[in-house]
Amino acid sequence: MGKRIGMEVSIAAAEAVKQANVDVISAYPITPQTHIVEHLSELVANGELDAEFFCVESEHSALSVCLGAAATGARTFTCTSSQGLVLMSEITYIASGLRLPMLMIISNRTISAPLSIWNDHSDVMSIRDCGWIQFFVENGQEVYDHVFVSYRLAEDRNVLFPVIINMDGFILSHVIEPIELIEQEKINQFLPPYQPLYQLHPDHPVTMGAFALPSIFAEAKKAQEEALLSSIPKITETWKAFGDMTGRYYNPVEIYKAEDADTLLVTMGCFGETASVAVDKMREGGKSVGLVKIRLWRPFPFDDLKKATIDAKQLVVIDRAISVGACGPVAAEVKAALYGKDQRPSVYNFVAGISGRDVTSSDFIKMVDKAEREMEEGNKEGYEIYGVRG
Amino acid sequence: MTENLNVFAVRTLTQKEYFAPGHRSCQGCAEALAVRLVAKALGRNVIIANATGCMEIVSSPFPYTSWKVPWFHVAFENTAAVASGIESALKVLMRKGRIPYKKIVTLAMGGDGGTADIGLQALSGALERGHNFIYICTDNEAYMNTGIQRSSSTPFGASTTTSPVGKVQMGQMTWKKNMPAIAAAHNIPYVATACPSYPIDLVQKVKKAANIEGPAYVHILSVCPTGWRSAPELSIKLGRLAVETGVFPLYEVERGQYRLSIDFPKLKPIKEYTKLQGRFRHLTDEMIEEIEKRIHKEYEQLRVKAGKGV
Repeated sequence: MGKRIGMEVSIAAAEAVKQANVDVISAYPITPQTHIVEHLSELVANGELDAEFFCVESEHSALSVCLGAAATGARTFTCTSSQGLVLMSEITYIASGLRLPMLMIISNRTISAPLSIWNDHSDVMSIRDCGWIQFFVENGQEVYDHVFVSYRLAEDRNVLFPVIINMDGFILSHVIEPIELIEQEKINQFLPPYQPLYQLHPDHPVTMGAFALPSIFAEAKKAQEEALLSSIPKITETWKAFGDMTGRYYNPVEIYKAEDADTLLVTMGCFGETASVAVDKMREGGKSVGLVKIRLWRPFPFDDLKKATIDAKQLVVIDRAISVGACGPVAAEVKAALYGKDQRPSVYNFVAGISGRDVTSSDFIKMVDKAEREMEEGNKEGYEIYGVRG
Repeated sequence: MTENLNVFAVRTLTQKEYFAPGHRSCQGCAEALAVRLVAKALGRNVIIANATGCMEIVSSPFPYTSWKVPWFHVAFENTAAVASGIESALKVLMRKGRIPYKKIVTLAMGGDGGTADIGLQALSGALERGHNFIYICTDNEAYMNTGIQRSSSTPFGASTTTSPVGKVQMGQMTWKKNMPAIAAAHNIPYVATACPSYPIDLVQKVKKAANIEGPAYVHILSVCPTGWRSAPELSIKLGRLAVETGVFPLYEVERGQYRLSIDFPKLKPIKEYTKLQGRFRHLTDEMIEEIEKRIHKEYEQLRVKAGKGV
């Protein structure tokens, strides 16, 4: 067992980046930013981390620096959220198209307008299709753990994709939690130095980022799509190796009291912990309710999700973002996973907690009650923004 | 003096090509010539970050490449940032012993649009941070790759597809952005202008830029027959005329000290330059006079900075 100490989750994330022995760190210095970069700059300034760290003039450049560094063979890191992520979105697509391994932690926050700095998932949903492996975590320990999982996965020659760890901004990024740190020797074993397949170096010149005519573009995209889809077994394999080392095992879709439940809450991110409290309370009241938590957002684990939900009567999917003009993005994916099955649960979709509005365990209970009531009245499929005036 | 050197010293250039023939640039493209000379000047120990633009498109249609040195294209506006990442990675990987120590030049390259317009912020950031790299702007004075649209580097009066000549407007109505001055304002160790019509001067400046610790900026005028509507065989001549008329003076700013690479106490009439280009065909004598006045004034200001003025 490693040491278990209380620390701010952003600091824990920075400590993990240090333990991952990152080579180049580039970030925009201010909000939307977290203590991750502040702590990393301290670690570099104190000589505790031997890395090139610099603050750039925009998030667009922050990620561009990472691409240059990763292509040269360095292990790279950046972090951002909200407007900053939207600004760098152009480069996120290029990073995955070029198959450059790197890690970005997003402390998910909302997108203007109206201007707001608080938590929801609308920032990452704007780059949903950018081709990175995308995790959602529930607590500080998971953020810390996934830094190592992400680098090992990203740099695996059968994977070679950039990875995003999504953690809820403020609600997770700025709270103090007990974190079990892993001994450095174990990390070194789990995550050896990055050995790039190709790197920019005069001794073996390569051209990276050539342009594609229509006669070859679709083939390139198909190769990327197939590689991302087939990374799922590698992801589970990496989690297994990590679990064997630490005793903490992770899955693409996590279930809680779900096997025999008629109604299932479906959440992503730190909603999961609050929702599990709600499930306990409802179970005490005799309700057949369980919880399904999506950890792997891209590539989307359609099979795991189907398996976890297919036997229920009703799913109550809670989104923390709106696809304006449609519904919650998670609900859309869940529906797609269940489409075409003769017997499938109905899906009721709530959008809740946008721009950091509190969602307590009693809110989850209210949402389940509402969805069940609607179903009794014959409204099997529904969509609404929860708890809004007017 | 530079001109005399050109006659004899061209044989001192390496015969090795790092920017291979067979690329897809237009006939008479002075930008391709500039890039070829830059590649010769730097040799094999270089890593190039190339912005989206003419040189990227002509040299890298997958599965072909013209590059015999490591070459990386990411996007349009971020090349200086990409080069920052390359330079930092080389530094840290050598420090950590993951790659052997040797001098490798990091070169960022963009056109005038990728430099003076959309890439200016990333360039300013990289210059301010002091990365040890060379930034080369190959300036053909408009977005030529996409069909001759105006940039902030398009000269006053030039006709482009987005600064056309009409009944009430006579081409580009703004003055060319002075990129070398903007680069020099960052107090970087080395700024220079060059033109492939003066190949030895260009090569020497690029070599100097490579040997200076810290950021270096080289602005290269690149005659574009397609966009300038000039005869392909006149590209070298037009480059010379740009210099001889004062339109594009060749100079260096080394640690703040200005030095004219070639000085003309009496400049050639600007008409000799404009009359060979279709983009200036519509200019009236009054407009040419106005342009000449400004060019002469700026040239005199430059001479003063270089300690040659009155």
